[in-house]
Amino acid sequence: MTSPSDPELRARALEALLIGKGLITEAAIDDRITLFNQRVGPMNGSRVVARAWADAAFKAELLLDATAAIAPYQFVGGQVDKLVVVENTPEVHNVVVCTLCSCYPLAVMGLPPKWYKDPAYRSRVVREPREVLAEFGLMLNPDREVRVWDSSAEVRYMVLPMMPQRLAAADEATRIAAIHRDALIGVVEV
Amino acid sequence: MPELEGIAAPPLLNGELDFEAPWQGRVSVIASALSDAGCFPWADFQSSLIRTIAAHEAKTDQPYRYYDHFLEALLSLLAQKQIVGEGELQSLAEMLKQLPPGRDHAHDHDHDHDHPAH
Repeated sequence: MTSPSDPELRARALEALLIGKGLITEAAIDDRITLFNQRVGPMNGSRVVARAWADAAFKAELLLDATAAIAPYQFVGGQVDKLVVVENTPEVHNVVVCTLCSCYPLAVMGLPPKWYKDPAYRSRVVREPREVLAEFGLMLNPDREVRVWDSSAEVRYMVLPMMPQRLAAADEATRIAAIHRDALIGVVEV
Repeated sequence: MPELEGIAAPPLLNGELDFEAPWQGRVSVIASALSDAGCFPWADFQSSLIRTIAAHEAKTDQPYRYYDHFLEALLSLLAQKQIVGEGELQSLAEMLKQLPPGRDHAHDHDHDHDHPAH
C-alpha cells in the first residue's frame, strides 16, 4: 500500500480521479497555473501601491475600504473579499503574517512565498518581529512602532509601504517595478 | 532560519510560483478550481487546512511539509463531501506506483492534446 508519505503519488491519483469523474480537466489545471504565472501576482499589489503614492484620494479610499477601492481593477485570483491595507509611516511599520496557516490576498500579492508558510516565521514574527525583520535585512529604528497583522480566512492584509525619496521623480512603471512583493508583506521596505 | 534565504530575489522574480515540485502547484490549482466549481466553499477548505496543520504541530517528530498538509486537508474535505474516497485514492496511487517510468497517465486521453500513435 502507498502511505500518506507518498504525497506525489496521492496527488497524481487525486488528479486522475477528478478528471475521471468529470470534475476537472487537465487543460483547466494547466490554464490556472498559467494564470497564476502570468496574470496574478504581486504586480497587482504594486500597481495599487504606486497609484496610492500618486493619488491622495485613491489612497484615502484604499485605507478606508481596500476591497472596494481595488474592485474596479477586477483582479483575478480572489481572496480579497475583505482586504485591509495598512500604511507604513515614519512612526509605524506594519508586517503581515497568518498565524494559523497561510491566508494571503492572492489577487494582489500572488502566491505566498515559501517562508510565509513556515512555522518559524508564523510564530516568531508575532513574538519577536524586530528580530525577524532584521533577518530580512530590515533594521528598524527602536522608536518606530511595529504592528503585526494576522491575516485570516475572513480578513487579509496588505502593507502600503512608504515611497522612498529616490522614486519621487520616477514614472509609474519605474515605481511599480521597485515595489517588491516582500514590501507588501512588510518584511522589507521599498 | 534557512527558509529566509533568497528573500532578496530581484523584483523580476515577483509572482514566481513557489513550489518545490510540480504536483504541489497542481494540487493548489485543483483546490481552487473545485471550490470555484461549487464542490465546497473555500472557507471549508481553510478550516480543513488549519485543522491539518494544527494536528501536525501537536507532534514534534515529523518534518513540516506545507503542501503535504495542503493535500491531506483537501483529501479529507473531498472524502467528507463524498467526492473522492480514501479507498479509491489509495488503490489508484498504488497502481501508479507500479507503473514503469513514463507511463503515468492514469486517465483517459481526453484532455485537449494529442498523443503520437503508439
